[in-house]
Amino acid sequence: MKATCWYGKNDVRVVNVPDPKILNPRDAIVKITATAICGSDLHIYDGFIPTMEHGDILGHEFMGEIVEVGSAVKNLQPGDRVVVPFPISCGACFFCQKGLFSLCENSNPNAVLAEQMWGHSPAGIYGYSHLLGGYAGGQAQYARVPFADVNPIKIPEGLSDDQVLFLSDIFPTGYMAAENCSIESGDTIAIWGCGPVGQFAIRSAYLLGAERVIAIDRYPERLEMARKGGAETLNYENLDIHDALEELTGGRGPDACIEAVGMEAHAPGVKFAYDRVKQAMMLETDRPLALRQAIMCCRNGGTISVPGVYGGWIDKVPFGAVMNRSLTIKTGQTHVQRYLRPLLERIQKREIDPSFVVTHTLRLEDAPRGYEMFKKKEDDCIKVVLKP
Amino acid sequence: MPSNSAQPATNHEQLARGLGWFSVGLGVAAILAPRSLSRTAGLRPHRLLLTAIGLRELACGVGILTQRRPAGWIQARASGDLMDLTMLGIALASNRPKKARLVAATAAVAGVTALDIYCAKNLRRGPRGRTASGAIHIEKVVTINRSPEELYHFWHSFENLPRFMDHLISVRHIGENRWHWVAQGPATFRVEWDAEITDDRLNERIAWRSLDPSDVDHSGEVRFERAPGGRGTVVRVRLDYRVPGGLLGARLAKLLGRAPEQQIDVDLRRFKQFMETGEIARTEGQPAGRSRSNSLKFDRPIRNDLAAK
Repeated sequence: MKATCWYGKNDVRVVNVPDPKILNPRDAIVKITATAICGSDLHIYDGFIPTMEHGDILGHEFMGEIVEVGSAVKNLQPGDRVVVPFPISCGACFFCQKGLFSLCENSNPNAVLAEQMWGHSPAGIYGYSHLLGGYAGGQAQYARVPFADVNPIKIPEGLSDDQVLFLSDIFPTGYMAAENCSIESGDTIAIWGCGPVGQFAIRSAYLLGAERVIAIDRYPERLEMARKGGAETLNYENLDIHDALEELTGGRGPDACIEAVGMEAHAPGVKFAYDRVKQAMMLETDRPLALRQAIMCCRNGGTISVPGVYGGWIDKVPFGAVMNRSLTIKTGQTHVQRYLRPLLERIQKREIDPSFVVTHTLRLEDAPRGYEMFKKKEDDCIKVVLKP
Repeated sequence: MPSNSAQPATNHEQLARGLGWFSVGLGVAAILAPRSLSRTAGLRPHRLLLTAIGLRELACGVGILTQRRPAGWIQARASGDLMDLTMLGIALASNRPKKARLVAATAAVAGVTALDIYCAKNLRRGPRGRTASGAIHIEKVVTINRSPEELYHFWHSFENLPRFMDHLISVRHIGENRWHWVAQGPATFRVEWDAEITDDRLNERIAWRSLDPSDVDHSGEVRFERAPGGRGTVVRVRLDYRVPGGLLGARLAKLLGRAPEQQIDVDLRRFKQFMETGEIARTEGQPAGRSRSNSLKFDRPIRNDLAAK
C-alpha cells in the first residue's frame, strides 16, 4: 500500500509499504477514505519531535471502512464506516475507566522510554514517534487499529467524510480546550492561535455558552475564518495583545485563555529571538511565547487551557504570576473517546458542520506538497485533507 | 522509577567523590585566582589558559559528583590531567631559572593522573541493580485492575511466566514442587535451572528459589495486596540473580540486558496489559517505509510465541 513516511526534517515521501496485518485479537484493519495533516504533524516535519526514525508512517487523523477484524472484535464487522480516535486506549485500565483515554496505561509498548522523559507514560498515539509507541500512522491507504472493540466510532448514513473526519482529533481537541475553561455565563474567552484547533475552540466555546470569544493570530485568512465563527479578532503584529485584551474586557482580562499554539510559537521581536536562540543552543526544547502571554493576560482566578502541543522543557515562564493570581492550568492530549458520541450528536443535530475548516483536499500521493503548503501557509492553507 | 535496595559506597566510589571535589576546588581556584595558582605551580600566569582549565575541571568535578555513573567523568579528568602534564612538560623543557616548583607541580599532577586512571578502571560500570558481588537485584511494583485471586492464580502456574517475561523461554513442572526454568538472552545462548517454591500463601505471596545455586542462584518473590479504593491489586516483584563469577557472570548480564531493572519493568507492564486487556501492546509486524518493521533503537522485541490467551 502507499503510505506517507518521514525521512528527516522537511522530508516526507509517499512510498510503497506492506499492508498492515492483524497482530492482536482485538485489532481491526481500516481501509482509509479520508485522513488529514495535523498542526502537530508539523512539529515532526520541522524536526522537533525526538525518537522518530526514517520510514515511520505518519498520520493520526483518519477514518474509513473496516475490512478485517481480529478474533476478539465482536461489535464491528467488515463494511462498517468508522472514525478512529488518535489516542490508542484499552478501555480497561484505571485511566480509561476514569475517562482519561489519552493516559491509557496499556497501549504504549515503549512506556519505559516515555517514563524516563516525562515521569510516567501516556497512551500510545498513531504516527507520533517511538516515545509514544511507534505505531504506524494513518496517512496511508490502510491502517491497523488496536483495541478496535472500544476505540472507533461507527458513523451513520447521511454524513460526508469531511463532516466527521475531525472527530478523530481536532474537533474534540478544540472542544476539550473550551470545556477545560469551565465557561460560565457572561464569560469572555481569549484564544491564541487560529489554526484548525483554535477554530474549533472558538466554535466550541460558543457551544458551551461563552458570551464573547476573542481570537489572536497574524494570518488574515485565519482571522477571517475565526470571525466567521463569531470571534472578535486581534492581529498580534499590529498591536499589543495585553493592552488590547484589557481594553476589550473592561480592564480585568479574559476569564479564560486557550493556548492553541504550542511549542513552535512565534512572536514579533526580541522575545522570539530569545527563545529561538535558546532552542538552537539546546538550552530549551520548546518555545512558550503564547503561554507566557496568556498567563499575563488572563484575569485573576482564571484558567489557562493548553491544547497546544509541548514535548520537553520551557524557560522563563511567569509561574509567580500563576501562583499569586490563583490561575488554573488545564492541559493534556485530548481524551477523544470521551467526546466522540456527544460531538457526533451535535453534528447530526446540525449545531456545527466541521467541514468548514477544510481549505485543501489532495490525493494521498500529494502529501509532501500538502505538508509544505500547510507549513508555509501558502495559498491561504488552513487544513489539508488527503484522500487515498 | 523502580526502587533498589541501598548499596554502600565502595572504596572506589569514595575515591571518585574525592577526585570530584578536588576537581571542583581546583577549577574554582583556577578561575578565581589564576595568578596565585600559576605561581604555586611555577608557571607564568596565563589568565585565559587557566580559566579554560578551570572550567574544564569544574565541569569534570560537577559531572563526577552529580552523575550516576562517574566512570566516564573520571576518564575525562584523566584526559585533562594528561593535557596538563603535557603543558608542564613543555614548561620544564624550557629555559627558565626556578624549576623546583614546576617539578613539584608535575609530580603532583602525575600522582593525581595515576589515581584517576586507577579509579576509572575500578569503578563498577554496571547499571543500578547490580550489587558489589555481581549479582542482580530488582524490585518493582505495579497496580493491576484485577483481583488478587485472579493474579495469584495466573502467576502460580509458572508456565504462564514466559508469556510476559521476555527472558524466559519456558518454565515446566517436572515433579513435586520442582520446576525447570529455561532462560534465553538476546543471542541464542541459554541458561537452565531447577527451582522449588519456598513460600506459598494463597492470594498473598509466592516465593521460589533455584535448587542448585552452584549453576544459577536465582530467587524471586511476588506479593499481591488489595489496592485501596477498589483499584485492584498492588503487585510487588523481587528478583535476584547471581552467578558465581567469571565468564558466566557476563553471560548473565547479556541474558538480562544492560539494564535489568528496565527489563523487569517491561515484563511487569506486559503482565498488567495481559491481565487487564488480554493482549500485549505490540508494533512488530506493522508496515513502515524501511526494511525493519519497527525501531531497533527504541522498540523492544516480543517473542512471537507470547501470544495472547
